[in-house]
Amino acid sequence: MLQDLLQKVKIRAPSPLAKAAESVPLSIPKDLLFKCPRCQAVLSSEEFTAAGRVCPACGYHARLTAAQRLEETVDEGSFEEFDEGLESCNPIDFPGYGEKVAQLQAATGLREAVITGRCRIGGEAAVIVVMDSHFMMASMGSVVGEKITRAFEKAADEGLPVVAFTASGGARMQEGIVSLMQMAKTSGAVARHSRRGLLYITVLTDPTTGGVTASFASLGDIIIAEPKVLVGFAGRRVIEGTIRQRLPESFQSAEFLEEHGFVDMIVTRREMKETLSRLLAVHRGEGGACE
Amino acid sequence: MNKKTAWERMLLVREKDRPTIRDYIPLVFDEFWEMHGDRLYGDDGAILGGVATLEGRPVTVIAQVKGRTLEENKKSNFAMPHPEGYRKALRLMKQAEKFHRPVVCFIDTPGAFCGVEAEERGQGEAIARNLFEMMELRTPVLSIVLGEGGSGGALALGVADRVAMLENALYSVISPRGFASILWKDASREEEAANIMRITAEDLIGFGVAEDMIPEPQGGAHRDPESMAATLREYLKNTIFKFTELPIEKLLESRYDRFRKIGEFTASQPD
Repeated sequence: MLQDLLQKVKIRAPSPLAKAAESVPLSIPKDLLFKCPRCQAVLSSEEFTAAGRVCPACGYHARLTAAQRLEETVDEGSFEEFDEGLESCNPIDFPGYGEKVAQLQAATGLREAVITGRCRIGGEAAVIVVMDSHFMMASMGSVVGEKITRAFEKAADEGLPVVAFTASGGARMQEGIVSLMQMAKTSGAVARHSRRGLLYITVLTDPTTGGVTASFASLGDIIIAEPKVLVGFAGRRVIEGTIRQRLPESFQSAEFLEEHGFVDMIVTRREMKETLSRLLAVHRGEGGACE
Repeated sequence: MNKKTAWERMLLVREKDRPTIRDYIPLVFDEFWEMHGDRLYGDDGAILGGVATLEGRPVTVIAQVKGRTLEENKKSNFAMPHPEGYRKALRLMKQAEKFHRPVVCFIDTPGAFCGVEAEERGQGEAIARNLFEMMELRTPVLSIVLGEGGSGGALALGVADRVAMLENALYSVISPRGFASILWKDASREEEAANIMRITAEDLIGFGVAEDMIPEPQGGAHRDPESMAATLREYLKNTIFKFTELPIEKLLESRYDRFRKIGEFTASQPD
């Protein structure tokens, strides 16, 4: 079963978009059922894929691979990847870390948990950052931190806006303190980009947690979330352990964040590209007010 | 040379008698006025802040507050700040920037508080905002880890021009217990975790995460709090005012680079 799954995933195709085209239907074996983690509805994976990986019962927006996300978001042929050759080291010599990374590279066709590059979205030029939770829950280690930092630096140099699709379990424990420092590094790069008067849009996707929530994911000029996704700082089980009671299902959902003032808008996948392209267009050029 | 393992240091910094920021302030600074509140929601007892003088010169002091009694710990929530604590810290940093005085942060926390209200009030956003603002704060920032520096909750006071560690202090991405629990699904292996995580002063200096180790009295700070405070005072006097002499743009550039260069990766040719 696991063997079948692995064999069906394409290994390292030349471009993420090419990969997307091949791996979208293949990444979910047809005989599997999809169970919605939010409302527990069960449907066939075919129906689920046809619905754009959105639960038809409750509207939960399930996880996409980075390749699928790019496919849905960027204009065809417009994506130029940055820094695709960066790979992890093992700063604290954590046993088994190198093997784990190699195994995930083979299984996902990705080198690391984030893809960055230049693109157009509905004709609007932008730098795009896409995290992929299928790679070690998109935890942020040196490579993720470095690629995101470079993306913001490049965008600042070229005067481009940044659109970041976030998903992460948080800092990558296996890299110890070095991973914690990526939070400061990426936030610093966001600050520099911001100081240039450039737009940064965050799109919070399932799940955005821990050190990524506590760094660049919360720093967008505009913060969008997909419906029903999980966004929070601390793990739900940790909090349940602290208060010794079960938390409601809606806790740490996109809607919970909106209600508490931490999200500007909740946008469905179907409306995402158009929304991004319109927001990018509105922010292009000067606002017209006196400096 | 400190021969204690990371785990032994962890037990030492968790000693009930380990001096806290409240012990150090009257011994290290000449005067201190505590300031309260974030002007948005409330006043978090886990973060102490205010204006102090050192050799007659003003500095802003921000610290995480450990307690020694249950009563003290109730007030300071065992040094685990809520979002309003980080926002209070930021307010006082902005105040320091306005009056061109340096900021000294004392880190001593197991981590940011994990709870329902912390999530409702945006714990992630509060920490992120501090990282963002501290990187651009137009006045020198010095951070000193007194005991435990746990996770993002510590880093939110740690985006500094220089970071120092007390000799037995630790600074880590997560507590050893959390590390063992997540990576090995076995929290009881926390001692083993502490010893492989590379979280001592020597380790952090090696990673470029900290610059200095401040020696503790024989056996640890709790053996002689007054001499520990005198060493801290000496260190601060010799360090913080050097940064006030630097042009601000140069200072900000080197602060950015200090974090910019942390990370270990290889770069191969694209295939």
